[in-house]
Amino acid sequence: MTALRNLPMLVSAILLALVAIAVLAGPDAVPAAMRDGIGDPWEGFGPLHLLGTDQLGRDLLARLLEGGRITLALATMVAVLCFAVGLGLGLLAAILGGAVDTLLSRLVDVTMALPPLILAILVVAMLGSSIPVLVIVLVVLESPRVFRLVRALAMEIMTEDFVTAARLRGEGLLWILAREVAPNAVVPLVAELALRFVFALLFLSSLSFLGLGVPPPQADWGGMVRENAPALGFGLPAPIVPAAVIALVALSVNQIADWLVTASGRRGMGRG
Amino acid sequence: MTLPGMIARRSMEAVATLAIIAALLFGGVELIPGDPARTILGQNVTEEAVANLRIALRLDQPVYQRFFDWAAGAAHGDLGKSLLSGRPVGPDFAWRAKNTLFLAGYAALLSLPLAIALGLIAALYRDRLMDRTISLFSLATISFPEFFVGYVLLSVLAMDLGWFPVLSTVDPDMGFWERLHRCFLPAVTLSCLVGAYVLRITRATITSVLERPYIEMAELKGVSRLSLVFRHALINAIGPIANVVALALAYMIVGIVVTEVVFTYPGLGQWMVDSVAKHDMNVILACGLSFGATYVVLNLLADVAAVVANPRMRHPR
Repeated sequence: MTALRNLPMLVSAILLALVAIAVLAGPDAVPAAMRDGIGDPWEGFGPLHLLGTDQLGRDLLARLLEGGRITLALATMVAVLCFAVGLGLGLLAAILGGAVDTLLSRLVDVTMALPPLILAILVVAMLGSSIPVLVIVLVVLESPRVFRLVRALAMEIMTEDFVTAARLRGEGLLWILAREVAPNAVVPLVAELALRFVFALLFLSSLSFLGLGVPPPQADWGGMVRENAPALGFGLPAPIVPAAVIALVALSVNQIADWLVTASGRRGMGRG
Repeated sequence: MTLPGMIARRSMEAVATLAIIAALLFGGVELIPGDPARTILGQNVTEEAVANLRIALRLDQPVYQRFFDWAAGAAHGDLGKSLLSGRPVGPDFAWRAKNTLFLAGYAALLSLPLAIALGLIAALYRDRLMDRTISLFSLATISFPEFFVGYVLLSVLAMDLGWFPVLSTVDPDMGFWERLHRCFLPAVTLSCLVGAYVLRITRATITSVLERPYIEMAELKGVSRLSLVFRHALINAIGPIANVVALALAYMIVGIVVTEVVFTYPGLGQWMVDSVAKHDMNVILACGLSFGATYVVLNLLADVAAVVANPRMRHPR
């Protein structure tokens, strides 16, 4: 039964590792004939072009590997950055309390009251879509969620008896944070990091799909779906390939987060 | 704090948020690079023509002046003119808003009852094969971007099997059943995401309610399984579920924009994305503000549902 329970997580982990290796190896890993050979637009799956070709006849697999670099790098960067911001400010609010806590919490309330997509579309329309703009928008949209979680977790753990005991023993704040609070917060935080990654991946891909994300000459998965969308009108699967890769990566990461959360007895909420 | 007091305070906050959104939108649209007058007239025009059009569009007036004029107009149902087509925004907006609402309502009706029922079943058969299958399925749908679900449905059900039209275009004098058929694929696409979200929360809430002592008490008392679920568990989970339904509907705003683009459905989302590229201020304002207002109102409803269901929240520390 335990084996069955862990099966989806194991499959996900292996899949993610494969995707990571493939994307890190990049387009150079694809045989040159396949990578450089220009075929007809939207060829189907074939021996030369395994996944077919895109709207300009470029090899879809090579393009996927190239696009994966930017898509996954951006999603990872956003997840790590918003995590750092949320963690820092959340701890600050929980430990200092008072005016700092009130101010930060209000700020977070306001940010979360704004509809994320409308905000993103507006900012992109204003400043043009470039990679720094996308990263900043996503970090602003995502870090409030990390902030709330960290603040709640820290406040909950800080009132536990073992923390009081450590305090009475005369341990310093940093010692308490590192030795008592951190180990108890690790699982929910790692799960949250995974969820932030999924959110960033899906949001970024959606923006690119709408033509408001990673600017065109650069290949990225959401943009590839957009470029290849007309192929569907001819009954060709070209846009489904990059879309399926996004779906697969998102599902695998969610699966692992879900496993972590169930394993630690806390309930996950999925994305959002 | 009394319940009406609480609701009044939260409503005031919602109105304030809405004002912030309106100001942000207007200010943001102002900052979009490029001169609308020049965009409309194209390249080969005299400076005089551009200046005249700027006056006609009232671009020579200060921003705040135009903001208040626009807000006053909008309050009376005058949304200004599309800068590109020159047609008033109002009628197009009304038609597209109706289409978007139709799609959202359709998706909600398809997904919510099913999601809550499946969530209940998963919670009742916790950790059994049934629960595992439902959970895996919902995790998958929550992870899939709308364009993936949409294109797979399109390619299988519309292209290969020909059961549904490829383009979900609708026109005003289309019959109701025809419309339902046309909009089925986009509605299913939207349902997947919203439904999976509600399903997961329903399952989590019911599971935690079923662990409470009063449920054990009821069980020992010999209450039937059915009455246990409906009279004891579900009643106490209604608050959190209502809360998440409102939040899921708010979340649908992101989904609906992408879905409308996938199916080239003539709704507000597709119009807004289109207008951003074309720099059409009044259209962006009208769409952005209506999405913003929907989001704020649904969030407000979610809060009210939570407070109504859980009186303890009326006394925040």
